[in-house]
Amino acid sequence: MTDTFQLDGATVSFEPCQTVMQAALTAGRYIPHLCYHPEFKPHGSCKLCTIKVGGRTLSACTMPAEAGLQAESNIEELNALRRTLLQMLLVEGNHFCPSCEASGNCQLQATAYELQVMTPHFNQFFPDRPLDGSHPDILLDFNRCILCELCVRASCEMDGKNVFALAGRGITKHLIVNAESGMLRDTDIALEDKAMHVCPVGVILKKGVGFSVPIGARRYDQRPVGAQALDDAPRPAISGSCDACEGKS
Amino acid sequence: MVSDSGLHATYLGPILERHGYAATSLLQILREAQEHYGYIHPSAISYISVKLGIPRARIEGVAGFYSFLHLRPHGEYRVLFSDNITDRMLGSQPLLEEMCRQLWLQQGKVSEDGLVSINTTSCTGMCDQGPAMLVNGRAITRLTQQRVQEIGQLIRNRTPLSDWPSDFFAVDDNIRRSGPLLGNTLAPGAVLSTALTLGSENIIEEIKQSGLRGRGGAGFPAGLKWEACRNAPGEARHVVCNADEGEPGTFKDRVLLTRQADLVFEGMTLCALAVGAQHGYLYLRGEYRYLLEPLQAALQRRRENKLLGKNILGQPGFDFDIVIHLGAGAYICGEESALIESLEGKRGVPRNRPPFPVTHGYLQQPTALDNVETFCAAALAIHMGAEKYRAIGTPKSSGSKLISVSGDCPRPGIYEYPFGVSVREVLADCGAVNTRAVQVSGPSGVCVAASEFDHRLGFEDLPTAGAFMVFDDSRDLFEVARNFVHFFAHESCGFCTPCRVGTALLKQTMDKIAAGHGTQYDLHEIENLDQVLQTSSHCGLGRTACNPVLHTLRHFRPAYESRLKSLEFKPAFDLDGALARARQMTGRDDAGAHLKTEGA
Repeated sequence: MTDTFQLDGATVSFEPCQTVMQAALTAGRYIPHLCYHPEFKPHGSCKLCTIKVGGRTLSACTMPAEAGLQAESNIEELNALRRTLLQMLLVEGNHFCPSCEASGNCQLQATAYELQVMTPHFNQFFPDRPLDGSHPDILLDFNRCILCELCVRASCEMDGKNVFALAGRGITKHLIVNAESGMLRDTDIALEDKAMHVCPVGVILKKGVGFSVPIGARRYDQRPVGAQALDDAPRPAISGSCDACEGKS
Repeated sequence: MVSDSGLHATYLGPILERHGYAATSLLQILREAQEHYGYIHPSAISYISVKLGIPRARIEGVAGFYSFLHLRPHGEYRVLFSDNITDRMLGSQPLLEEMCRQLWLQQGKVSEDGLVSINTTSCTGMCDQGPAMLVNGRAITRLTQQRVQEIGQLIRNRTPLSDWPSDFFAVDDNIRRSGPLLGNTLAPGAVLSTALTLGSENIIEEIKQSGLRGRGGAGFPAGLKWEACRNAPGEARHVVCNADEGEPGTFKDRVLLTRQADLVFEGMTLCALAVGAQHGYLYLRGEYRYLLEPLQAALQRRRENKLLGKNILGQPGFDFDIVIHLGAGAYICGEESALIESLEGKRGVPRNRPPFPVTHGYLQQPTALDNVETFCAAALAIHMGAEKYRAIGTPKSSGSKLISVSGDCPRPGIYEYPFGVSVREVLADCGAVNTRAVQVSGPSGVCVAASEFDHRLGFEDLPTAGAFMVFDDSRDLFEVARNFVHFFAHESCGFCTPCRVGTALLKQTMDKIAAGHGTQYDLHEIENLDQVLQTSSHCGLGRTACNPVLHTLRHFRPAYESRLKSLEFKPAFDLDGALARARQMTGRDDAGAHLKTEGA
């Protein structure tokens, strides 16, 4: 038997050990997120998935689901908070969508569209973040890094390589690579690594294929991020039946 | 390359050996490596990486997290002026500027000859005898113009730190009011002897009955914590003492560790007996590096007297020992889960909770983590008995509390009071006059205005971890708040978006107002940022980072409004300011290199 909790007034069932995020996505209910990824341990750093439970604010990705929980997510108060968090991420790095190879595939951009972020609101930080083009096949554009640590986690947990790590603290926190030279060419990264494919923005890019899919035909150009996130969530087949498929008609 | 690693092997070998090649000792290893070389050399990192089996990027990540660790040459002499508001009130800024002039260098830069660098650091816990500084990690107090000049001369002459006048390094205890804790004359082991007759369960019961609450600020009942730790399933239990006293304006743990080290260790050993722990750790803030040797000597004495080690006081199976772990300049490590991460040799980033340290603490094992003063108070409560201990203080805040008084008063120092003392009484005792406000419990605490001086220190009314900074009517509370905002921005660990970016934005906005470019719009912005920080930050640092601004805005709004332009709105972009870099590059600062401003 599975237990249930309430999310924005809807009943969501969950398995033991699931978080609110996992249960919600499984049930087809989108909670905005950037650092959460269904294949990795929850991180809880971007804070986009902040929900309200009994007046308290919590991260849905790290909060264990509990029976009887009354959670609010899709309310204006929280969506306003999410817009501010997105604006913070947008001014913290250097994000120039029109010329960015990740435009249309970028989860930050797509989530900002989804939540109707119209302006960056804050002053741009314009940080000085040099590119790393040292690797023959891979380009690192740190300007777009949102410090979600997905590449760090992927390289460590799945690739067993530890190509990436975080250094610095506070607003000077930044991504580094595992080489005395500090250059990607001196690491053991490979194109087929999981770390190559988890960046939600456009930091880790394969060289030589830029703009091979035209803008307008990319991932989030086709379906908004809320729908894509539900497609990506591991979940059982939708209950109910289709007469056509089951040959009853 | 080969000769390089050979060079580093000679001094790193013994350090790694002493730490048993343990990854959990990484921070200690890096600290000691730096003491040899002044900074951590890239080849040293590669060497440590191979020997410990930790990716070098992760080692760089750890080193880069802590303010006192350097990955590039930082000068043979590294001078850091304590930058708490109390240091500033005692004139630290002109002293810093003068020293920079004397040594011909720019703040934050290393001198051309690699001799010296000068910068600021967060409060070093010497507020009662500031202005203070750290030179290569050693605390120097009571800075004057003359003392700073002498220091400059010693640096120029390359005099080794060990040959500097010893009175530079003197740290006074400044105990102004004593009580049951500071006045105790307990012999080492006395409390443990009593505790052994009680037995583990009765100790916890007695602590619960005493009403003892954690002295770190949050006030969690100590007895409940110990009981939960004792009952939590695990292979090994740990006792951790939080001596990472980083809250600006607090220095009571410094005095306890100097005067009552045995009581601290006795309290930890008592806790170990109660929860069934065999390993203890004291996390000492890097700023108190000078206390390391005396504390280690105290531990050694206790081992010799059978108060630590195997079969303590002859009790079979009562095995417990304590190691000291030094921090390296990170306020966030005072947060309990960040402290545990740091203790494990990692970046001091607060963990996701639950689970809590009491069940999943150090190395994911049950851990009883308390503040220095809490362990002392626990030992005292067992010695006095719950009933007598509970009679001190107020119903919900039993016992006494050490208050670190600093700022505008003739008698700064440590005051021990029963809980329930009013702000007014403390002000009278320290001789403060014309007091405009008191910052209780540091920047993350509350700013108390004159109309509230009858409030009482205690968990029922004004909870405090111990800081008590006094500001008289000559002080500008906006500048106080701005100093605190800079502090939080500097100390944010950067894990979560709201705190990492929000504290930086808050700092920008306060600086904008200070520069005379602020408008009403900025005050609204501050309120919005406060809301975001409070509701969505990962830990207490972010959630309290806006307190100083909120409280001073509430009580001293004119201090903000008098700085605003009369205009309702002014673009945040400062055209002339944008040319600053061009001016720097061309070495010009004449009138022609500036845009004409209105009225000019």
